[in-house]
Amino acid sequence: MTQSAVRPTPASPTPPGGHLLEVRDLHVEFRTTEGVAKVINGVTYHLDAGETLAVLGESGSGKSVTAQAIMGILDTPPAHVRSGQILYQGRDLLTQSEEQRRQVRGKEIAMIFQDALSALNPVFPVGWQIGETLRQREGMSRGDARRRAVELMDLVKIPAAAKRLGDYPHQFSGGMRQRVMIAMALALDPKVLIADEPTTALDVTVQAQIMDLLADLRRDLNMAMILITHDLGVVAGVADRIAVMYAGRIVEHADVRSLYRAPAHPYTKGLLESIPRMDVRGQALSTIKGLPPNLMRIPSGCPFHPRCPYVQQVCVDVVPHDLVLGDGRTSACHFAQEVRDDSAR
Amino acid sequence: MFRFILRRLLQMVLAFFGTTLIVYALMFAGQGDPIQALAGERPVTAAQRAYLTEKYHLDQTGVGGFFYRYLDYVKNLLQGDLGQSLTGRQIGDILQQAWPVTVRLALIALAVAIVFGVTAGVIAGIRRAGIFDNATLVLTLLVLGIPTIVLAPLAQYFLGVKWQLFPPTAGTQPSFYALLLPGIVLGSLSLATALRLTRTSVAENLRADYVRTARSKGLVKRRIVSVHVLRNSLIPVVTFLGVELGNLMSGAIITEGVFNIPGVGFNLFRGIRTEDGPLVVGIVSVLVVVYLISNLVVDVLYAVLDPRIRYE
Repeated sequence: MTQSAVRPTPASPTPPGGHLLEVRDLHVEFRTTEGVAKVINGVTYHLDAGETLAVLGESGSGKSVTAQAIMGILDTPPAHVRSGQILYQGRDLLTQSEEQRRQVRGKEIAMIFQDALSALNPVFPVGWQIGETLRQREGMSRGDARRRAVELMDLVKIPAAAKRLGDYPHQFSGGMRQRVMIAMALALDPKVLIADEPTTALDVTVQAQIMDLLADLRRDLNMAMILITHDLGVVAGVADRIAVMYAGRIVEHADVRSLYRAPAHPYTKGLLESIPRMDVRGQALSTIKGLPPNLMRIPSGCPFHPRCPYVQQVCVDVVPHDLVLGDGRTSACHFAQEVRDDSAR
Repeated sequence: MFRFILRRLLQMVLAFFGTTLIVYALMFAGQGDPIQALAGERPVTAAQRAYLTEKYHLDQTGVGGFFYRYLDYVKNLLQGDLGQSLTGRQIGDILQQAWPVTVRLALIALAVAIVFGVTAGVIAGIRRAGIFDNATLVLTLLVLGIPTIVLAPLAQYFLGVKWQLFPPTAGTQPSFYALLLPGIVLGSLSLATALRLTRTSVAENLRADYVRTARSKGLVKRRIVSVHVLRNSLIPVVTFLGVELGNLMSGAIITEGVFNIPGVGFNLFRGIRTEDGPLVVGIVSVLVVVYLISNLVVDVLYAVLDPRIRYE
């Protein structure tokens, strides 16, 4: 790895006690029969108490894998964490025992998944599934767990919660099912909630409701949230900061306003330009040409160079380091300054 | 659910008449002179012939006559009268003696399949591609590949005759111990299938999304496997075992024949060999009912196990 030189910690400065959650130079690979896919190649990001970090990227960019590495629920094999640190409240989760990590799951860091229908167990009632966490982790009695499950279902605004306790996942609509998922994740009052594409499987109108709910719950329960998405529209109203991922790296990292105003990485710029806009009519929608790279053969130099309109010889030869721009923004592009100035115009 | 069961019961009536009709037709189609067959080697007097012709409506010929006799038979059947075999015994009595033996044999076979098949299947599924998994794969393929007509005499010869671990044959009033070896032989096929099915199902469910969710809840691995994965994995296995019990109950012709067990399959085999038409049709009619009921039970059980299944 040539790019593992000094990586400045981007954006907000480290608070006195350190960050709540910090991923440092994480490398994860998938060892398959066809070869080794380098899925995460030095991801570094952090999360402070009470804030929302959006992790943005196409499918296969490694956003979910990073989250699963944090949770410690990667399927090993094929996934192997090669190096890096995941610090939660200053302690490295990757050096902890499986039992210690299990204690963190759900209680400290909880996660909700994209497709609630397959993420919930089809043969158990939802009330039982929510209550299971409480019974198993807190030693709660059946009756108490049931009452608490109703409270949690009320909290995520499922109508007639008490009546729906005995219903099975398939009996709920997509939006309600995702609410069940959220209620389950909140059962143990986690400090960090990781939402992995929570609205991707939902109708557009329901998407907004779920995003609002998540934002409200994050504020009311004073949690920190990592919101994983490929949908720029979802991010704008909810997130404080955005980390953009490409080919298993963070390519740009900035607060939401400055990133939207002037992206400093050609990939982010391409993403923003490919959003359909109501105020620009009669023009073909711009797209990012080409396809995401094969993770078994990541291009030399900057992995985005085969698709990049700014490409120069240096991009083919040299892996770009994170360039620190003003206001704590970083961009892993040799021409970050130019791209930002272009975007700002 | 109620409507589903009702509809299935109506379908069962149709299936019952259809199968008995076919078996009845097949059994008597090839018969030259039924009265002579009834009498066996003995000569038949004209008076006897006239009496029997009248009694069995043999004067009616052709297709019409066939249906006439079939309806006669069904009429008696619905009154619980299975008729007499050619040997003069009541078929009802024969079944009454044979059935308990077959049921015991079937339960032993099923227990063998559940205890060993499901347990080994779960272990193989968890340790997919490990030594245990590969060993059971080879063994089950071997068992599935050897027909019972080969396996049963082999087991009888080695375990029964040569090493004398089990009684080689069962006899008229077989004890549990005498039925054990035939039960294992009979169950080995179900065992192998149950093992493969459980193994595949467990391996597949271990990769399901809900397992990832269960892990993210911080549950211990033992609970994830024994509650979440197992409950889902056993749906197809229980269904298979239910159908299999229906099969086993309807008698194992080869196994009962080899080990000389006086069960349903044994009697059926004897009926076929001695061309005892009434006996064969009588037994098959009852087997059809047993099979249909066990299938209905399996369907209902399936809906109970998997809440996503709703019969309308």
